[in-house]
Amino acid sequence: MSPEIVAPPTSLRDPARQRMVLTALYIAQEQYGHLNEEAIERVAERLGLPVSQVYSTASFYSLFHTKSTAKYHIQVCEGISCALCGGAEKLTEYLEAKLGIQPGEETPDGLFSLEQVQCLASCGTSPAMRVNDELYDDLTFDKVDRLLDQLVER
Amino acid sequence: MSATFEPILTQNVGLPNSETIRVYLEQGGYSALRKALTQTPDQLIAEVRESGLRGRGGAGFPAGLKWGFMPKADVTKYVCINTDEGEPGTFKDRLLVEHDPHSIIEGTIIAAYAVGAQRAFVYIRGEFFLGVKRWIKAIDAAYREGFLGEDILGSGYSLDMSVHRGAGAYICGEETALINSLEGKRGEPRLKPPYPAEVGLWGEPTLVHNVETLANIPHIVNRGANWFKSIGTERSTGSKLFCISGHVRKRGNYELPLGTPLREIIFEHAGGMRGDKPFKACIPGGASTPVLTAEHLDVPMDFEAVAEAGSMLGTGAIVVMEEGTDMVDVARRLMHFFVHESCGKCTPCRGGTRQLADTLDRIVDGQGQSGDIELLQNICQNMIGNTFCPMGDAAVNPVLSTLKHFPDEYNHYIEHKQPITAH
Repeated sequence: MSPEIVAPPTSLRDPARQRMVLTALYIAQEQYGHLNEEAIERVAERLGLPVSQVYSTASFYSLFHTKSTAKYHIQVCEGISCALCGGAEKLTEYLEAKLGIQPGEETPDGLFSLEQVQCLASCGTSPAMRVNDELYDDLTFDKVDRLLDQLVER
Repeated sequence: MSATFEPILTQNVGLPNSETIRVYLEQGGYSALRKALTQTPDQLIAEVRESGLRGRGGAGFPAGLKWGFMPKADVTKYVCINTDEGEPGTFKDRLLVEHDPHSIIEGTIIAAYAVGAQRAFVYIRGEFFLGVKRWIKAIDAAYREGFLGEDILGSGYSLDMSVHRGAGAYICGEETALINSLEGKRGEPRLKPPYPAEVGLWGEPTLVHNVETLANIPHIVNRGANWFKSIGTERSTGSKLFCISGHVRKRGNYELPLGTPLREIIFEHAGGMRGDKPFKACIPGGASTPVLTAEHLDVPMDFEAVAEAGSMLGTGAIVVMEEGTDMVDVARRLMHFFVHESCGKCTPCRGGTRQLADTLDRIVDGQGQSGDIELLQNICQNMIGNTFCPMGDAAVNPVLSTLKHFPDEYNHYIEHKQPITAH
């Protein structure tokens, strides 16, 4: 973990430790793949905070994954505007059928995992989804097919 | 109202490289900051108060009034830039962050100077990957040009600004939950009072503003409160970024004066309905706002008129639904959003949203029973005013407003186990 994520030499009550938790969790998630027990404990150790306190924050936010995700983690927007324009559940069902997995599962080759997420603020260009940190909008099933093919080939 | 409106907030959007400081400066950017730094904080607070600018994040609270709540004493004070845009249907803040971040930075520096804050924190949705990059790049550029940091433009005023990612929680758009998240905690709201201007980030007085609100500040400083008041309506001054989505031909962001009629926004600017099916309903201000029907199409889109029509202007995110849309299913979807986003702290919301969603699931699955409508209403009444924060009050709006305007659809589901739109 980056050297700058270190507890200040002050009392445990100093808010300067707690304020680093989200940043530290993002770094740990990238380094460990997901926020497993070891990652949480490492963050707690580095910041000098109780494990329960770090886990308390980690478990709140949907971008922090305490379960493993695949190489390409697909996050389908379930927003109302996506739903009205052919995305959301329809897109999720399409991907379930295409990849053979349900939300929360990974494909056997470890390439794709699927998650339903809340409004991605792409309502004017729906349907939308993210793959890892990249946003894809103005989607059609054809575009989704092409994108998946491209990702497989990478 | 129908005359072509000269863009203010979006005047740079569309120019190549509009997000760069070079283009912003070429378009006259940071001139308002120069002017503001020659004025006193009290003068600036008075100007913004006089302008009537109201918060653009959904609540519509008068901005100048909020500035006035900050203590005048020379103590530690903070400003937070709320870029946690998460209200379904809303995508205007993203537009400003990605295409004109300097307008927000300039507005923030002026606001921070007016209230005497030393540090500004950008809190941005973790999902806005491009937005985070553009924020960081813009802030770096502002530091380089001397608009941020020590002794800004030789004024003696200093301000530091940093970017902080949220991690996927709608409730962190609520100012006290945002503050808790910045502190590294679960994004649970706090009770108000005390308000952030009194006790905020790490206990210090904090001013939290939506991105669109801040983007208005440079224009108010440059052109004056009277100019700003000449746009919009008497109690809803200025322009608004309206986000149109759903079953219209031309979805997108439209900057128009507050008070522009809903009909004009949908049928003139957004090109009308996408196909043959006529207008059925819309959500006027994002998922938290009650639905409106065709009888409301002539409502002027400002804070007062929309409230009078039984809904809220909210973020100005208009989600349009055509004839044939299953309104019970719409309520169901929106309910699942609130279940997911409930912070879990208080029982009425944590339990109530779940009960509402489960009941709607059952109805849409053809398992509705007589008594279900009364059950839905009962759960809603138990939530209103009893939840720890206003999200619980918002969460009942989709259910109650669709029950009010489309009771036949609910009755049909319960009696016939399928949607009325199936025929």
